[in-house]
Amino acid sequence: MVISKCYHCGDDCDKTKVVFDEKEFCCNGCKTVYEIFTTNDLSYYYDLEGRAGASPNEVIGKYDFLENQAIVEKLLEFNEDGVQVINLHIPHIHCSSCIWVLENLNRLHPHIKSSQVDFPKKKVRITYSSENLTLMELAILLSRIGYEPNISLDDYDKKTKKVDRSLIYKLGVAGFAFGNVMLLSFPEYFEVEEFWLDQYKVVFRWLMFAFSLPVVFYAAQDYFVSAFKGLRSRLLNIDVPIALGILTLFLRSTADIAFDLGSGFFDSLTGLVFFLLVGRFFQQKTYAFLSFERDYKSYFPIAVTRLKKDHTEEKTQIYEIRPGDRLLIRNQEILPTDCILISGSAQIDYSFVTGESQPVFKHSGDKLFAGGKQQGGLLEVEVLKSVSQSYLTQLWSNAVFSKNEATHFQTITDSIGKRFTVAVLTIAILATSFWLFYDPSKAMNVFTAVLIIACPCAIALAAPFTLGNLLRIFGKHKFYVKDSNAIERLAQIEMVIFDKTGTLTSSAENTIVYEGMELTNAEASLLKNTLRASNHPLSRSLYEILQSNEIYTLDEFDEQTGKGIHGKMKEHSIKAGSANYVGEIKTQKTLETSVHISADENYKGRFVFKNKYRPGLNKLFEKLGKKYATAILSGDNEGEKETLERMLPFGTPMFFNQKPEDKLGFVKTLQEKRKVLMVGDGLNDAGALAQSDVGLAVSENINVFSPACDAILDASRLKGLDRLLKMSRQSIGIIKMSFLLSLCYNLVGLYFAVTGQLQPVIAAILMPLSSISIVVFTTVATNILGRRLKKIKS
Amino acid sequence: MSVIYVLLAISIAVAVCFFAVFLLSVKAGQYDDAYTPSVRMLFEDELVEKSKEKSNPTKSEIK
Repeated sequence: MVISKCYHCGDDCDKTKVVFDEKEFCCNGCKTVYEIFTTNDLSYYYDLEGRAGASPNEVIGKYDFLENQAIVEKLLEFNEDGVQVINLHIPHIHCSSCIWVLENLNRLHPHIKSSQVDFPKKKVRITYSSENLTLMELAILLSRIGYEPNISLDDYDKKTKKVDRSLIYKLGVAGFAFGNVMLLSFPEYFEVEEFWLDQYKVVFRWLMFAFSLPVVFYAAQDYFVSAFKGLRSRLLNIDVPIALGILTLFLRSTADIAFDLGSGFFDSLTGLVFFLLVGRFFQQKTYAFLSFERDYKSYFPIAVTRLKKDHTEEKTQIYEIRPGDRLLIRNQEILPTDCILISGSAQIDYSFVTGESQPVFKHSGDKLFAGGKQQGGLLEVEVLKSVSQSYLTQLWSNAVFSKNEATHFQTITDSIGKRFTVAVLTIAILATSFWLFYDPSKAMNVFTAVLIIACPCAIALAAPFTLGNLLRIFGKHKFYVKDSNAIERLAQIEMVIFDKTGTLTSSAENTIVYEGMELTNAEASLLKNTLRASNHPLSRSLYEILQSNEIYTLDEFDEQTGKGIHGKMKEHSIKAGSANYVGEIKTQKTLETSVHISADENYKGRFVFKNKYRPGLNKLFEKLGKKYATAILSGDNEGEKETLERMLPFGTPMFFNQKPEDKLGFVKTLQEKRKVLMVGDGLNDAGALAQSDVGLAVSENINVFSPACDAILDASRLKGLDRLLKMSRQSIGIIKMSFLLSLCYNLVGLYFAVTGQLQPVIAAILMPLSSISIVVFTTVATNILGRRLKKIKS
Repeated sequence: MSVIYVLLAISIAVAVCFFAVFLLSVKAGQYDDAYTPSVRMLFEDELVEKSKEKSNPTKSEIK
């Protein structure tokens, strides 16, 4: 049987195929979206990019909090005269079809005035008339066509951030001045002593001076500020010789034209600043759709339902929740804080917190922790702590979240900057003192020439271009690093620590083992048909593995949320669910998630769900072990210890039952001796990720969620982690080679400078030449590294 | 030969004009999203033609 793909979302249509309009759909939801699109002239959606949709996952009441006007007010970008503008984050945006359909939303609703997609940020900005359409209706409309907006607590707090465009402005100013100064300085290079040129060269020179003013005082100001800061804290960073070079270039050139000594070095000056800024711009590769700063806020809802004393419901902003309040938690809602369960059967999915995919069952009176997602019926809970005080959120009050690692880290460029500055100043002073004796008229000339030609433009470009390019290559291999600084830190790592659940194990897949009496064919087939009717995640995964193709309608079926399911066909019946539900009396106390089965009220056995380890772990640990110390740090119990010991190289240290703060503390102790890379996934790793030298989050779907970190790695690439670490080490080698190359240029330049022969034209050739050759060298070298990575993959 | 002053003035004026336009476009946010417009310009105008044929598209599906 050929499995057909859904015309709308591209999923397999094996379970519940719906045929409509000669097209096949995997579910009714997808069919409905198709109907909506075709009846509203939006069928071009399917021509543009095939099977690009998502099945709508409508949860009733999910956007009810948008009835609260105070909340809506905070989310809106603009609200006046009946027009509202909202910027919504839609994680599903991924192709041109998405852009097209979202920009034609006015076809679906006449009161949507316009909509504009920002693809890299996965955002859509919608303008609509608020008299006829509320934000809640808009959100429901979007989720009905499969583009569910993600509105979290993060949006609520956010002040409209000002976009920092200063680098583009500066680059523009420098480029503009560079081009014009180049043209104006050209004539004097070729026609010396020509009559007309002599007549007008004063005008040309002062024009160049005018062009260089905004470059020195605006475009280059960051270098002066940085050099000043460095000097104040007694650090000779790379910006010190750069600022010195720029300043000398400007003063010497101004003096040259003022006293008619020469044409000045304005072209070198503007060119230098321009190249430096290009390097900065290149380094600034950002993944706009990823956020490396996320905390619990981007995951928590804005509002929950609170039960008032008189048993009426109200939507409350979650910061207003006080201990003692009663809350209602519906299906798919998240617990905003630590609570005690009063009534209802809880199946809490803690996958965002711990990475554990199987829901946990809780009974009335049990304590529930913040961050869990209810799956199933309605819960009534009593709040124990306010939101900021909960088990999970108090982790963020740790000082580690307010410090910025990048500022303390000395980059390779800065460390060479110190030696470089000392060397340049020594040469300048030696050469000047020589000329003071020999020919004092040339001394000043030589002194400034040395500072100008030794300006480490090429050195300053080596790291931005190497690391910037490497960021891009990593990005193509689904390894998203926050900035180039993080790559440098990655290269210095000495120890790698892994979280277990969700990092080493997959949260999407399980291995299911059956224990007990074998089921007969009839029983297996009945079980499969019973499971088919249930939407519980355990039923779904069990359904997938059972081998039986007979499909029939049951005579009887009922599902008791949180307990189990029961199906009946003719005289046979089957039950699947918790031990109590199926009538298993001798309750075995196990830590594993299992589904018990009984047929005709006789206990048969149980299916045990085990975490599935990601493939290639053994090899990864072996390779890592050669170069790094490794360890495992898990929040779980020791249930998996033996499996891990069998799988991993002998003697890998393992620590279990680690609370989030324990993990943080553990990393901190290790850091006294070495640089630590933490690999984790859930919110419970957030502290350790922030504390470690480099925090790497493993994620199965990078669009969904990952805690604050320095890098995000797609889970499928975890087995290649050793390669990625090696590449970052090699990139440091490339930078060092480029330093050598640029030093060669500096030596040639210094020869001209020290002997007092430095003409503006030599500087104007040498400086861009060295910069460009560094850019070419680093780009080619990193691309070779990237190609090797590709080869190993294939 | 003072024509050179006129020429210089013109050339710089033109350059400054373009520079000003660049600054304005950055300020307007044109460089904030450099990707989406490249996709948007490839969409065909089919939609507009279709809806002319159908005088009244049904909105019944959506409230």
